[in-house]
Amino acid sequence: MSYLPFVLAAWIFLVGIFGIVRSRHFIHLVVCLSLTQSSTYVLLLSIGYVKHGGAPIFKDVPLGTKAVDPVVQALTLTDIVVSVTVAALLLALAIQAKKHAKTMNPDELRPVRG
Amino acid sequence: MDVLVPLPVAIPLLTAAALTAFGYWCGRRLDDLIAIVATAATLVISLLLVFRSNDHDLVYWFGGWKPSNGVALGISFTVDPGVAAVATLVATLALAALVFSWRYFDEVGTLFPVLMLVFVGAMCGFALAGDLFNLFVWFELMSVVAYALTGYGVEHAGPLEGAINFAVTNSVGSFCILFGIGFLYARTGALNLAQIVAFTLLVGGFMTKAGAVPFHFWLSDAYAVAPVPVCILLAGVMSDLGLHAIARIYWTVFSGTLSAGDIRPVLIGFGLVTAIVGGFMCFLQRDLKRMLAFATISNIGAVLVGIALLTRSGLASSIVYLNTNGLLRGAAFVAVGILVRRFKSGDELDLRGRGRRAPIAGVVFAAAGLGLALLPPFGPFLANALVVDSADTLGYGWVPPVLALAAVLSAGTILRAAARIFGGLGEAKDPLFSHEPEESQEEPTDTRRVSQPLLWIPAAALALVGLGLVFVPELAGHALRNAGRLVDRSAHAREVLHGVPPSPAPAPSYSPSAAAYAYSVASTLGALAFAAFGLYRRRLPIVLRRAAARVADRPVAGLKALHSGVVGDYVAWLTAGIAVLGGVVAVVVR
Repeated sequence: MSYLPFVLAAWIFLVGIFGIVRSRHFIHLVVCLSLTQSSTYVLLLSIGYVKHGGAPIFKDVPLGTKAVDPVVQALTLTDIVVSVTVAALLLALAIQAKKHAKTMNPDELRPVRG
Repeated sequence: MDVLVPLPVAIPLLTAAALTAFGYWCGRRLDDLIAIVATAATLVISLLLVFRSNDHDLVYWFGGWKPSNGVALGISFTVDPGVAAVATLVATLALAALVFSWRYFDEVGTLFPVLMLVFVGAMCGFALAGDLFNLFVWFELMSVVAYALTGYGVEHAGPLEGAINFAVTNSVGSFCILFGIGFLYARTGALNLAQIVAFTLLVGGFMTKAGAVPFHFWLSDAYAVAPVPVCILLAGVMSDLGLHAIARIYWTVFSGTLSAGDIRPVLIGFGLVTAIVGGFMCFLQRDLKRMLAFATISNIGAVLVGIALLTRSGLASSIVYLNTNGLLRGAAFVAVGILVRRFKSGDELDLRGRGRRAPIAGVVFAAAGLGLALLPPFGPFLANALVVDSADTLGYGWVPPVLALAAVLSAGTILRAAARIFGGLGEAKDPLFSHEPEESQEEPTDTRRVSQPLLWIPAAALALVGLGLVFVPELAGHALRNAGRLVDRSAHAREVLHGVPPSPAPAPSYSPSAAAYAYSVASTLGALAFAAFGLYRRRLPIVLRRAAARVADRPVAGLKALHSGVVGDYVAWLTAGIAVLGGVVAVVVR
């Protein structure tokens, strides 16, 4: 198995974290968070990958047919659902921030400190 | 297979679904009542599970997918008394929160009870989950609902910021957990390295949820702005669930490959730093909710130290600690809620002396403070005694004094606030405190009068149960026996996967040592003295104060500046924390 997918996942993760740390706009922040999350898809799918394996549907196929691992695929699907939920929630909060606090900059919206 | 096992999750979730569908036609009061009844049912069933699982674990395989030849294909709930006790804690706090929140919110009808029910179901599911996939799904559900509940008061800037910081930081933490699960599942070639990476990411991710230093920054922001009924659940149990997961994962997954002697100092280090930093920041607060948030962090550190001892006693202590502290912190939050409802303020200096008109809140608040100060013979004392005795035998005799100091800092601050608000003691101004937020962040939106017992009964009940739990016969013995079952990894695996019941063992008897009493008496007296110091600090001789200012001013300013409220900084600290954790683990395991 190649190490390339792991390197790629780590790279996407770190780029996303860098974006979050440097973010000056809520929309940008949410996109960076989604980007970071996509690194987990790459990791999970590469873990379950089997060379020349088909889709994990075991109907009308002979016993012992190669297939990719369905467990991590299920986990990835769950992960995508979570990602959409969190993104939707954060965007809703961002709209409220624009409405009530009149700012989209995390640096300016900080009444609690110290 | 026990039919009761899935019910603590199923009842709240199904009720939430039904309320979402039909709640609109039921009317507000009926919705609230249905939510309360469902939570009470969850409480009863969780309590039944504590007793039913006393002799052997209850394992529930979803869809009847039982393991064949020791290989588990399905997902499961695995219940032992410790796990069921956590579910009971969730339901108890939720019940108190729902009763307290009667007529708290005016707008948006059924949303609040529905969210609370989903939160309860998700936390119970997280506590009962028997495998990592299950655990992750419940973790995510619990997190997302918690973000939504924190940001419930969206018309203010405070809850918005708190919820955003909470959501972003915890999402990054959950990615780490997912990476960790992936590495464990993959079992790639370099086994040892993969284990270290997986351990680091899982522990770091769950520490983010728990709020251990340096992963804690989001916690004080979120808990300070969430509505009081939500805080009761967040501070009472959600933080501790992260640590609960760390303990279970270490003993079921890693105890075979990463030896306890290697990992112990690392986790103890994180726990002690958390306990002290939390206690110190607690002292600097004047906003009561933010003060209790930092007290939560300090408590989390103490629970983490119990788990970090990686012994049977340590694990048993963490279960006792988590339950009693959770109840006491919940009670303190209800008391703060009473103040907020009555005086429209949650600020220590602002409320000075005004609390005399709410004596029951005062008694509850002070009782919670004394309990957290390890006053013997109450619950936190018992947990601390288990830690003291275990640490002594391991050669970590220097750990208990540090823990006692942390209890002095956090509980002393709570007692200080109690004396100032309910006794009118102390000075009216203190320049050391963090500034008061500009706008008042949260008030009940439904301004009609609510009958007083609905407010003080939850507070008094939580405080009484929290303090009285220790008088359950042989509590320590049962906790020790139950911890022993989880610690024996191969027997635990045999039981869950093959259905071999554990060999029946009587609950060992336990009585705290003299050293444990000495530490607890010292920390109680210390907390009282520290409270007096907080109140009358400026009456000390000028020489002493100047010397103290020279030593403490810069660290205090630095610590305050670190809690900047900017989410980017928090994520940077999280990344640094994980890097440090991973580096240290890699060094000690080598």
